[in-house]
Amino acid sequence: MSVFVDENTKVVYQGLTGSQGRFYGKLNREYGTQVVAGTNPKKAGEEVDGVPIFANVGAAVRATGANASCIFIPAPGVRDAVIDAAEGGVKFIVVITEGVPAHDEAWFYNKLRRDFPDVRLLGPNCPGIISPGKANIGITAGHIAKPGGPVGIVSRSGTLTYQALYELQQKDIGVTTCVGIGGDPVPGTSFIDCLRAFEADPETKAVMMFGEIGGSAEEEAAAFVKSSMTKPVVSYIAGVTAPPGKKMGHAGAIVSGGKGTAAAKMDALRDAGVKVGLNPTEAGELMAGIVAAF
Amino acid sequence: MDLFEYQGKQFFARYGIPVSDGDAVATVGQAVATAERIGYPVVVKAQVQVGGRGKAGGIKLASNAEEAREHASNILGMDIKGHRVDIVWIERASDIAEEYYASFTLDRAAKLHLGMLSAQGGVEIEEVAATDPDAIAKIHVDPVDGLTEVQCRAWVAAANLNPAATEGAVDILTKLYTAYAEGDADLVEINPLILTPDGRVHALDAKVSLDDNSVFRHPDYEVYDATQVRDAREQMAHERDLQYVGLDGSVGIIANGAGLAMSTVDIVSQVGGKPANFLDIGGGANADVMAGALEVIHSDRNVRSIFINIFGGITKGEEVANGIVQALERVALDAPIVIRLDGTNAEAGREILAPRLSDKLQMQPTMLEAARTAVELARDEAAQAAGTRSLSAAESTIQGAKGGAR
Repeated sequence: MSVFVDENTKVVYQGLTGSQGRFYGKLNREYGTQVVAGTNPKKAGEEVDGVPIFANVGAAVRATGANASCIFIPAPGVRDAVIDAAEGGVKFIVVITEGVPAHDEAWFYNKLRRDFPDVRLLGPNCPGIISPGKANIGITAGHIAKPGGPVGIVSRSGTLTYQALYELQQKDIGVTTCVGIGGDPVPGTSFIDCLRAFEADPETKAVMMFGEIGGSAEEEAAAFVKSSMTKPVVSYIAGVTAPPGKKMGHAGAIVSGGKGTAAAKMDALRDAGVKVGLNPTEAGELMAGIVAAF
Repeated sequence: MDLFEYQGKQFFARYGIPVSDGDAVATVGQAVATAERIGYPVVVKAQVQVGGRGKAGGIKLASNAEEAREHASNILGMDIKGHRVDIVWIERASDIAEEYYASFTLDRAAKLHLGMLSAQGGVEIEEVAATDPDAIAKIHVDPVDGLTEVQCRAWVAAANLNPAATEGAVDILTKLYTAYAEGDADLVEINPLILTPDGRVHALDAKVSLDDNSVFRHPDYEVYDATQVRDAREQMAHERDLQYVGLDGSVGIIANGAGLAMSTVDIVSQVGGKPANFLDIGGGANADVMAGALEVIHSDRNVRSIFINIFGGITKGEEVANGIVQALERVALDAPIVIRLDGTNAEAGREILAPRLSDKLQMQPTMLEAARTAVELARDEAAQAAGTRSLSAAESTIQGAKGGAR
């Protein structure tokens, strides 16, 4: 099995008529993803590479039965696009777009939480999600992911997500689902959401989690692992030697407290029983050791 | 982007938040003229984006033109923790009865906005948070609803301000939230927020950080971008649209993606090297981007070797390799380069690079091996440079001795 998306997921691409949307929409379709529709209010009735274009997500859902959307719309339009997708009736929304203002993210995150509680948002500013062999929604290169499990991957950074997939592929280890949650201030899907899904997925036997400095998402994930996970978790945190980022003034320092540094995150993870690698390769080796023992 | 105090006060003023009458000036003459216009006493405040300027002598009170001239000439050009003062803010001095603290920022864990208000302002708020956390009244604001008046009143009441400050505080905090939300700020902070003896509430300082991603709806923010504090290397990278953070080591680093770039900095440190920088060239790696990145690295005189770490996802290996080859034709480099190229079509990319490999351009199969090689090369280069220096020192000694003999 896989989490969040599989071969039955039907995806509408918001922004399929743009250069990025068209390029990745085509790659995703070639991978085997059910790319059933695109949206563009000015081009409804047209087609892009054989995929029908609708005025909005609601129309696409009615005509094609789409149940997920992938957003490639430029940052200024993302806020409206997310609401269009939720009102249109899809239950899974992936926002690839980077550069979305933090206030927009906070707004649509809370709007969904309140008015569309059964809709899952992934991103913004993320590489997307791939359930190898079944569906690839976003900008991940499909061939670096080996299908089949037993490992689930969740990662904050795009290229490190690829690196994680690659490390496992090099060791001939398959992946159930790889989720790139993105590094923005208000990610729609958190580490914990993914850990919970992997814990519940019978085919996922272990989880690889790649984090990075800043915020407290990794510490929260560590607490979840400690309290609620039975499956082994391997982690790597990027930014061990990074100098402190730009000061966010006193208010930011208080919010983060002692959290946010790589050392604090690794300590929290180790304390929760997570095996922590000091670089992606070491994390891959730790995972290989775990998988070999299954 | 972080604003200077004077920019923050001008930003606040646009939203109707009361700030002192004042002006930002760059010369002593303008400082005196502004002080004369406003009327004494005035405060002369150094404009630097670093804390502790008061202790460093960067904030002075002037009661007449003589003093305004003296303070302005002392403070302009002053160095405060490595920041040179180019601008001073002259404002009307305020009578202070009480000092408070107020701010809004995003609480990433709660995914809501967070307001903080304290009757203990004017001091380091971290200290208050550490020693007396109950002295800070916190409020979570849902971005969909915004800050309601009922909510704001309850918050002000919880902070136990002087009752005389209640109405003024509610008014300012409501406007401060509007400035924060409509202005797309990452942070708005007033410390101190003051109550004057005649009962007015007033922002005596302004710390504002704006979201770079919001510039598309605030075209006027470009003026703030122009005054951001960057060192020469960072400015060069900024002009080339590269994500760059200068460090003080000798191994220059180029990677695609922030996470991989951070990871590269880590791994260079782990094998005993010192990274010279963090440089993320983003998704693509064409010749223009790569040449720009190499130019920035080249401008750093501490760099002894360069580690290019590329993982091709959608970006194909041959495009990356061609980008590197073309960039090297355009940028003349002294430092040796080590490349690690993996991912999509990496093999094709390596084939393109193979005939060009030399002592100065090496390739390694993994991140770890590439990092080790780059660190060794940096050491060799450093040793050679030191050797050259001691040799020339020896030569000059010999020549000096000859001169003495003659």
